[in-house]
Amino acid sequence: MADTQHDAGADFDLTQFYQIFFEEAGENLDQMEQMLLNLDLSAADEEELNGIFRCAHSIKGGSATFGFADVAELTHKMESLLDRLRRHEITPIPQMVDVLLESADASRSLLARHQAGGVGEAISTIDLVRRISELAAGAGQAGTPAPVAAAEVFVPATPPVMAPPPAPAPAPVPVAADGTRSLQIRIGPLERVELADSIKELFRDIPGLGSIDDLPCADPGCRLFGVSTTSTDDDLLDLFAFHVSKEQVQITALAGAAVPAPVAAPAPAPEVVAQAVVYPPAHEAYGFFSGAPGEPLVVDASTAAKPAAKAASPAQMESTSIRVAVNKVDQLINLVGELVITQAMLAQTSRGLEASVNQQLLAGLADLDRNTRDLQESVMSIRMIPMSTVFSRFPRMLRDLASKLDKKVDLQTLGEATELDKGLVEKITDPLTHLVRNSVDHGIETPEERLAAGKSEQGTLTLAASHQGSSIVIEVRDDGRGMNREKILAKARERGLDVSDQMADADVWQLIFAPGFSTADVVTDVSGRGVGMDVVKRNIAALNGSVEIESAQGVGMRVAVRLPLTLAIMDGMSVGVGEEVYILPLSSVVESFQVKAEDINTVAQGSQLVKVRDEYMPVIALERIFEVPRTNGSAPNAIMVVVESDGNRVALLVDELLGQHQVVVKNLESNYRKVPNVSGATILGDGTVALILDTGSLVRRVRY
Amino acid sequence: MSVMGKMAEGTAAREYLTFRLDQEEYGIDILKVQEIRGYEPPTRIANAPAFIKGVVNLRGTIVPIVDMRLKFNCSQAEYNSFTVVIILNMHQRVVGIVVDSVSDVMELPADAIRSAPDIDSAIDSGSITGLGSVGERMLILLDIEKLMSSDDMGLVATE
Repeated sequence: MADTQHDAGADFDLTQFYQIFFEEAGENLDQMEQMLLNLDLSAADEEELNGIFRCAHSIKGGSATFGFADVAELTHKMESLLDRLRRHEITPIPQMVDVLLESADASRSLLARHQAGGVGEAISTIDLVRRISELAAGAGQAGTPAPVAAAEVFVPATPPVMAPPPAPAPAPVPVAADGTRSLQIRIGPLERVELADSIKELFRDIPGLGSIDDLPCADPGCRLFGVSTTSTDDDLLDLFAFHVSKEQVQITALAGAAVPAPVAAPAPAPEVVAQAVVYPPAHEAYGFFSGAPGEPLVVDASTAAKPAAKAASPAQMESTSIRVAVNKVDQLINLVGELVITQAMLAQTSRGLEASVNQQLLAGLADLDRNTRDLQESVMSIRMIPMSTVFSRFPRMLRDLASKLDKKVDLQTLGEATELDKGLVEKITDPLTHLVRNSVDHGIETPEERLAAGKSEQGTLTLAASHQGSSIVIEVRDDGRGMNREKILAKARERGLDVSDQMADADVWQLIFAPGFSTADVVTDVSGRGVGMDVVKRNIAALNGSVEIESAQGVGMRVAVRLPLTLAIMDGMSVGVGEEVYILPLSSVVESFQVKAEDINTVAQGSQLVKVRDEYMPVIALERIFEVPRTNGSAPNAIMVVVESDGNRVALLVDELLGQHQVVVKNLESNYRKVPNVSGATILGDGTVALILDTGSLVRRVRY
Repeated sequence: MSVMGKMAEGTAAREYLTFRLDQEEYGIDILKVQEIRGYEPPTRIANAPAFIKGVVNLRGTIVPIVDMRLKFNCSQAEYNSFTVVIILNMHQRVVGIVVDSVSDVMELPADAIRSAPDIDSAIDSGSITGLGSVGERMLILLDIEKLMSSDDMGLVATE
């Protein structure tokens, strides 16, 4: 099938356009999903419907061009439905949005499969195609939850011929009131006609499929059966596909036996066998594509269709951006990092110069200083992408989740323009998804509970992002029931955790980060298995971030995730040990203080403890674990730096604090191996390398 | 014979960068060499073998430095303004090696290379591809990539 479509561009190698097509189709699907979610069913805007239609049309055009018949067929059906919608032949109802969203998902996975070279099993779209066809034919227009539809109920009576050329096929088949249809199925011509007989076994083996009888057939290469069944033609074809190919099956409705349902109103002469032949799906897609008016040249189909879709939605501001591979940007950032270091070295060297003699040189260096700083800022901003890219996935998720849990949730997003490093965006999405899911499942109550508690029926989930200094704070807030202190404490005791009733709220909330902790009474498929919060916390800690929880019973809950703006640059505290310099991530530094030798207590094996206020804290002498060579006369260990990770604290013993500054994080493992207790390296102002300590593993070193 | 066979598979003549370690002269494939630099004190890495001097900043890349003189048990390893570091680039991994001096770049035809006898040395004899004779001098040809990725170099994670 695919090769027949290449007639017009037979000499072209279409594969080189695949990537562009997949990217564009992805964009179109995203856009379509967005528009579908924003669609106001009671007052559907024509422009919106047109926009959605164009997306489906672009994908269809492209996929037909490239020979992805399954996607083309599905999007074609979507397009048919949308076409009728935008012509106001049918009224939009929620089921349509559902089925269109599902179809968008299906198209996405089909495209992903094609992109991967067609490996893996293709998902079946038959059910979706059937549902779309039914909706397009006007099913669900009467007696639907949307009373608006009532006025339009008679519109579907216009024959489906109004729909674009290959009208949804199964619709005109007469259907009995109980859904049983009488069909005549002709199979053949076959080389081995016995194969057709195995169809009969299907009816015998599958309960509820219906009954089958042999009918006399004039053609010796064919078999004719009389079938009465409740299944759709597509389902039947699917079943038969095990034995005979779809092309050889011809399903004809026997009208006489069935009472035409209102849906099938177009059947004007009940005596005449309605020739509702089911085309093999691929034929249909191809047929439409080749006949589509104004479809540009084969190769240009996807690209040409796109500007139209863009022009239609001025709200989408994507056209002013360019696509660049991330590694190119990273290379740029590296080079600028170089420049900054070189500049710093020049600045240091020039400090000793006589200002009056080298006036011009110094002025030039000052300019260089300013320009490199600006350059660095602009280059870093390339990697920054707005939080809206993260937030945009939640409306859909929340919609599905709320309907699954029978809750009403309204999503509010704040600070969508807040920018975050691309690397972080990818890593924060999963933890955020988990937090949102938790809020909807555990936090927000059912509409009845909410009404009983005197709240509005609809719960509100707020996602907010904002900059605070050099970190970004992402909040997940809900106005649900909040956390139950007693319940958490009881669960904690049950699990043998060390808790007391006098614990501060903040400490109680931290308990939910313990592995396997769940207060859900019932484990649902949404959440409640207790895997998750610990993973969330760990993932965020791995990004040098932290999680804070506030909760008030009956009022709601707020989870704030604090992250550094970028992974490439980190706030560090440099400490000196002997002649060496180490960097501590500032986010994990709690406090530092001077100690005298007598403040440090030792236990049996020489493990050291220091008393900080009321707490004895394990001591790690950096000098010892990094085997720092001591030359005579160097300052003795005099400073303790308390660092925290995973809620545990240790005191690091160092010689001196050198200062705080932003450091560019470099990977040590790209040319070397993993070094214990070290998370990376950075380049200091003088061009030398300093190691960045992995506080997490330092803390674990003591605890386990 | 085996080396002759091995060499015959490759091209006839290859270019080698030769360097000195104490009184010995070594040759490595010139295509693996990225650049030659002066020695600058690296940042020490704790718990690493003595011949890994640490890491340096090479234009923004963190590069480990291996002192070949320590690895090959040379009698002395001094660091002064004449100490040379050869930066190798092997399959996207960059490593610097410290040697006494770099002497030459020379082309060696296949017939100037003899197989190395099975000798007992500080390094795995599998890393020595052959012995080249240049006039009176003997050149020890190293498969530097194999040597650097071997377990006892400790440069790559052993998994």
